[in-house]
Amino acid sequence: MNYFITLTLNGLASGAAYAALALSLVIIYQATRLVNFAQPALALLSVYTAYTVTQLTGSYWIGFAAALTAGLLVGAFVERVIVRPIARTSQLNAIIVTLGILLVVQGGVGMIWGNEQHGFRYAFSYVGRFAPSDVFALASVGVVALLLFALYRFTPLGLRMRAAAFRPEAARLSGVKVGLMLTAGWGIASLIGALAGMLAGPPFISPNVFDVVFVFGITAAVVGGLDNPFGAVIGGLLIGLGMSYVSGYVGPELATLAALAIVVIVLSVRPDGILSRPTARKV
Amino acid sequence: MTSPTTEREERSTSSGSGTVPPGLPRTSRWGSLPLPARHLLLAALGLAAVTGLLFATGDLTALRVAAVGYTMLAIAGLQLLVGGSGQVSLGHGAFMMIGAYTMALLVLHQPMLPLAANLLLIVAVSIAAGVVVGAATARLHGPYLAGATLILAVGLPGLAHRYHDVFGGSNGLNIRTAGAPPFLDGIISTSEWRALVVWTTVVIGLAALATISAGRLGRRMRAIRDDETAAAMAGIPVGKTKVVAFVIASTAGGLAGGLQAYVLGTVTPSSFTLVLSLTLLAALVLGGIGSLWGALWASIAIVYLEIWARDLARAMDLTRNAENNLPVVFFGIVLILVLRFWPLGVHGALQSLRARLRARNSNSS
Repeated sequence: MNYFITLTLNGLASGAAYAALALSLVIIYQATRLVNFAQPALALLSVYTAYTVTQLTGSYWIGFAAALTAGLLVGAFVERVIVRPIARTSQLNAIIVTLGILLVVQGGVGMIWGNEQHGFRYAFSYVGRFAPSDVFALASVGVVALLLFALYRFTPLGLRMRAAAFRPEAARLSGVKVGLMLTAGWGIASLIGALAGMLAGPPFISPNVFDVVFVFGITAAVVGGLDNPFGAVIGGLLIGLGMSYVSGYVGPELATLAALAIVVIVLSVRPDGILSRPTARKV
Repeated sequence: MTSPTTEREERSTSSGSGTVPPGLPRTSRWGSLPLPARHLLLAALGLAAVTGLLFATGDLTALRVAAVGYTMLAIAGLQLLVGGSGQVSLGHGAFMMIGAYTMALLVLHQPMLPLAANLLLIVAVSIAAGVVVGAATARLHGPYLAGATLILAVGLPGLAHRYHDVFGGSNGLNIRTAGAPPFLDGIISTSEWRALVVWTTVVIGLAALATISAGRLGRRMRAIRDDETAAAMAGIPVGKTKVVAFVIASTAGGLAGGLQAYVLGTVTPSSFTLVLSLTLLAALVLGGIGSLWGALWASIAIVYLEIWARDLARAMDLTRNAENNLPVVFFGIVLILVLRFWPLGVHGALQSLRARLRARNSNSS
């Protein structure tokens, strides 16, 4: 029973990082119908930025701020300069180009910082069963979800972003700068992705550190429903719990295959995720 | 994540491998041959060309020629799945891994079986794996399918670690396969022989894929890719056709993996990473979706961009970190640039070049 509680708490803490990554995927998917496979790479870049800044300044929190800033800027840059011209031609090409960015960034990080692992500290102490760093992970994702909700629901920027995502033509006619809103969406999404990286990175970072995190993040997004931010958060926590139990009771090697089983089972019951609104079939 | 555009398809069916180029008159006996026979003849021609290439270039390039061969088979299968039925799979490397481990286990535990039997068994195992995964994912579409196959690509190597006794853990399995038969001693080296074995299998596989793609099944797949609902209303069994497409792709992938194991003599989980699966799909789009020629350019790109990047890194005297990572960065940059400036990939760019040349010729004459 004790073991079960430990696994549950661990699962919730790691689920927070998956939820954040899933959120960042969902924001972009909502706006552009595109799964951004480059998201873990952008998070990787942010985390290595934090690593370097922390080394230089000696302060974790300046590094943390640098990571979020880097995420915001790189996300906006990537959308504006690389993805947008290609997304105009075809959707498959847009997906492939995010894969291309993933390869370039992963390799590039390896070229600059090396393929070996670097130690990377937690925000707070991680000792104990439900350590301060776990509380921080859950709380920060909760705060981000609330801020995001407030942004979309109560601010003019959020209104414009929603308009640009759901009815781009109508939004353009009403004077919304749709392109700018897309860039803003990518920036915000990558900022949240950077947060996910800061939560999932410790204790060691290496260029491949986010492969598995990304798999669980996309599982969370898919299970929750790719166009529902709340689904992403709930999906993230569920996947965190599920993977924690599978690793604890069966074996960590099989956790990814268990994620696959969860995706297949959930989606064969609800093909668009748990929280998706059923859409009318177009004929 | 909708299907690739359709206008490309019109051109590729008229000039893809196997059919007569539109410029030639169709009066020859060639046009009256049945399609499978035509594809087999083309396959024999391709094999002859590869043999010539091997003898001209010598032993050094044989391994690379073999690598282009099995990579092309894997990508051609993916071509049928993504370009044909519009299902985007990010887990194609997983099927290569299944084929490769099947080959290694067969050689280790049934050493007396001839190679052809091994390859047939690999086909059977790959079909079984394709049916399982295809049936499980048949209801998923677009990004959901991509996500599920991505998880497969990351998760499957875990099995090799989990069942260490069978699959050898992270060291993988090492096998020894027979080289050139004795009567060819001195004429052909072992690696040249292996390259020829690989290409013989590959051209047969390609002929089969081309025939499928040009036939009724291929038409059904394209109908599903373009509009699933319309295809269902036209009486096409959508679910079944999607599973069949998945099975064909996984078979080609498994066979390619088996050939890779045969050539390299070693199978490790670390050769079937997420990057491999992503690279296969990315290279396919880079080569050009919708035609088997695209698969050829894609496999050449995968094999040779890596070699060139390594040479480049050595020439620039980079550090070890930079040298190890340059190939993947180089590939990514080439991919982004090709997509930016030639959205239809290398094959599409070549086609538009040919069209422009033809237009100029007909203007001047």
